[in-house]
This record gives sequence, C-alpha cells and structure tokens, in this order.
Amino acid sequence: MHPAGSIILFTTASGLGYGLLFITGIYAALVPNSPSPTFGLAALGIALGTVTLGLLSSTFHLGHPERAWRAVSQWRSSWLSREGVLALVTYVPAAYFAIGWVFLDTDIGAWRTSGILSALLAVLTVISTSMIYASIKSIPRWHNCWVPATYLLFALLSGLLWFDALLRLFGHTQQNITLLATGCVVVALLAKWAYWRKTDNDAPVATIGTATGLGAKVTMLEPPHTGENYLLKEMGFQIARKHAVKLRRAAIFLTFLIPFCLCVLTLLTSGTTATFSAILAAIIAQTGIVVERWLFFAEAQHVMSLYYGRELGNEAS
Amino acid sequence: MTSLPAQKSKKRLGLVIDLDICVGCHACAVNCKEWNTGGYHAPLTDTNPYGADPQGVWFNRIHSFEVANDTGGRTVHFPKSCLHCDNAPCVTVCPTGASYKRAEDGIVLVEEAKCIGCKLCSWACPYGAREFDEDVGVMKKCTLCIDRIYNEKLEEVDRVPACVSTCPANARHYGDFNDPNSKVSQIVVERGGYDLMPEMDCAPTNKYLPPRKPQSGVKGASLPDADNSGGFLGWLDRLLSD
Repeated sequence: MHPAGSIILFTTASGLGYGLLFITGIYAALVPNSPSPTFGLAALGIALGTVTLGLLSSTFHLGHPERAWRAVSQWRSSWLSREGVLALVTYVPAAYFAIGWVFLDTDIGAWRTSGILSALLAVLTVISTSMIYASIKSIPRWHNCWVPATYLLFALLSGLLWFDALLRLFGHTQQNITLLATGCVVVALLAKWAYWRKTDNDAPVATIGTATGLGAKVTMLEPPHTGENYLLKEMGFQIARKHAVKLRRAAIFLTFLIPFCLCVLTLLTSGTTATFSAILAAIIAQTGIVVERWLFFAEAQHVMSLYYGRELGNEAS
Repeated sequence: MTSLPAQKSKKRLGLVIDLDICVGCHACAVNCKEWNTGGYHAPLTDTNPYGADPQGVWFNRIHSFEVANDTGGRTVHFPKSCLHCDNAPCVTVCPTGASYKRAEDGIVLVEEAKCIGCKLCSWACPYGAREFDEDVGVMKKCTLCIDRIYNEKLEEVDRVPACVSTCPANARHYGDFNDPNSKVSQIVVERGGYDLMPEMDCAPTNKYLPPRKPQSGVKGASLPDADNSGGFLGWLDRLLSD
C-alpha cells in the first residue's frame, strides 16, 4: 500500500494525542493533588493540538475535504465514520476537562469525571482508527487482531513518554510513570514482534490461481496497460525486501531499544539529566513510530496485486 | 446508506465472461471508456494522454495470463471489471453513503456528489475494480452501464452494457442471475461458471466461464514415417541416415 504522508501523520499524531489524553485523564482522576494548571495546559494543549493536527492532516488525503462532514453519517457500517464521530465527541469532555483543570481553581469531581470520560473515548477512537485498517480483508497484513493491539500500545507508549517528559519538565517528577513507560516499551515491542511474526508466516490467503480461477500454474503474460495507473500507484506499492529489513531494524532501535535505555537512564539519574533523557526518549520513540507506521503501509500487500502477476508474500527482493 | 440492502434484490444484474472465447482484443475496454466518459461518471479523466506517461481511469481492463497444463499451456485473456458483489465490502466501508448497492437490481454505484475521495472503498475491493479520478477527486467505477440498460431512448437491442454490445467474439453476456431461465443463469450452469477469489467472501454477481479442455480425438498432424517408404523419400532417408 502507498504510504501516504498525510495518513502517517494522521495516525501517529492522533495516536500521540489520544495516548496523552488517556494518561492525563486517568492521572488527574487518580492522583489527589493534580499538578499545576500550567502543567495541565501543556499536557492537554499538546494532546488536543496533536489530535487536531492529525485529524486535519487526514483531510488532506481526501479528494474533497470540504465534504468531510459527510463522513460522520455512516457509523452503523463504517469504521472510518465511527472514528470521525468518536473523534468529534471526544472533544466535548476533553474541552471541559482542560478548562476545569486549567481555569477552575477548585478540585471538583466534574472535571475529573470528564477526564476519565475523555480517556475512555480516546481508547475507543484509537480502536476505531485501527479497525479502519484491520477490517479490510483484501490486505492480509492488516486483517488481524495485532493491528488494534499495536495501534493502542503505540498510542499509549507515545502518550506515556511525553507525559513523563512533561512531568519532569514542570518539576512534578513521578518515578512510577517512568516505570510504566519502560514497561510499555517492552510490551509494545512484544506486540509488534508478534505482528511481524504472524504476518510474515501466514499462508497466502489467495493466489493468482484462485484470483483468476485458472488453476495452480498461472503466470502473467501481459499486464492490461503499459503505463502506471491508480491501482498500481495506490495498492501496488512495492518495497524492496532489503530496505524493509533495514527499516524494521531502524523502527526497533528508535521505538524500543533506545527509548528503553533512556527510560532506564531517567530512572537511575535525577534533575536535568533525567529530564533531558525523558524528553529525548519521547522524541526518538516518536520518530521510530513514524518509521513503523510507514512500514505498516509499505509492507502491506493488496490481493489486487495478484491480477498483476505478483503472488502474496513475494515482496520485491 | 452504506449498509447493504437488508433483503436480497429482486433482480441481480451482472455479466458472464467467457474465458474460452475472449481473444484479448480490448474492444470491450475501449467501448466502455468511450461510453462512460460521456455517461454517469463523465469524464473518465486521462492525465498526460499524449505524453510519455499517459494514465487514466478505466472501468474494464484486460489482463493476459499463461496457464500451464499437461499438454503445454495456453494463453487466457482475462477481462476484469466490477463484479457487483452481493456482499460488497466497498459499500460498507464508505463513511459518507456515497457508495451503495441498489436494492432493486444489485448494481453497486458511487454517488459522486457525496464522495469525499477517501479511497477506502478501493482498498476494500479485492478485485481492484474501483479507480480514483485524481482530477475530479472522487472514486469512479463500472455502473453496469446503468445509463444504457434502462435507457428507453435506445433501441431495445442496445440496452446492454457497452462492453457486451461491442464484443466481436460474443464472450460477454449480460442478464439477470435471479431468473433461472435467463441466458446468463443457464450458461453458468451449463459451463460451470465460477466466482473470482472466493476466499474473500464477496459473493460476486459476475461469473467467469473456464476455458474448455482441448477436444479429444483431435491430434496434430504428424510427419510421415520415411523409414518404411520406398521411392525418393526412402532413398533420401537412407542417404541422410548413413
């Protein structure tokens, strides 16, 4: 699949935003003395800012962005529509949560409750985003339960790392949050590893033989057109296997191994060093998540490619 | 509404494509382009049509395959267009209701005015039947020539899809699959018409007829055995064998 920049930005930025909104909402509800309003402003500002950036970016992918409002109508059948509805609904409790924390100088339960509600809606929105991809049977690498699992874990990972970095930056250091982030790095790595393991080893769901109904020994003699077309550009994107291997390695280093080491460094040190390494961990992991998301698209083969003589599982070598 | 029709449609209109007969002339694709660039989805935009890298929207494309078998192999020309599936995934993923399946005849259509151009329907279709028009910013697809088959301004004989009307080999048939007496229903039973990629559970309406097996009793001409013949050929054979 063609790795469109707008969709990669959409899923990674909104993932970060919803992850941060989730952890902020839960934290505000659980920790009796919430950090300062300025911290609330920074955390929720970044969360809602990146969510908005992601959602706006997704409209750049559209042929007719001015009609985007129509996308909330088909929530009964379409995950994309559900994602749109949930994303919009989430703004309501999130806005009240943010206003309550930053401006209402009282520790009232209402804005804490709206924080929990925002966290819940953030989870549902990320699940809907992932289900846009996981519901597509024509793309075998996406049509499995590891897709929602990794989308959720990656959102949580970037949310936790940024939350930890912000806490330290504003002088509200919480070693427990760093510990949680460290654990999340490990779990997210295991989930992504499981995703790769499954999707690399799955038997092809279809072959050129079943796509054409012509039996076991079918090869393409002539493509239907001599040039490119929409189908080949959008769904026939091929990534060389050697590049895929290198990029997977880069994703593993950037998303997991380096942030893990930096998290440990954060736990073992204090003051400026700890703050700096927490910020660095968040930035590097975010870069890794972008690489991972690019690969999520680039490595995914569409069964339509069978009609162009490419068997599934045979990426260009 | 992008939910599929709750009840089975009264009619199920679609095509039968005979892979035994198709000669791969691309006339169906050309006539499809010609009709539809002035029809429901007009225009079928071409970008850079006279340049080095021409591209454009087509609803029907002819792939050619080589099929190996016991006696060697054969070339199979393989026209592919929207199969108007009963269980169309391109319909249910649509967030706006632009993509829909008609309850009356099962035709899958895109209402351009509602299409936001998110391309998700083209991802959901396993057959690569939908093509995005980058110039207009909307998804386009085969309409089964809805503007021909119900067009009372046309002679009745012309009320068939453009691809069917133009096929010089009669490899394409159009009709109602819900009517067991229709030509398409009967030919599918008779010739073992099948679904493409049944693993995808799309229940396509269009059916394909397999290439016939080579007829038994027909042998290729063999060379006369020169060994046993006398005369000039026998003399020549003996001369060359030494």
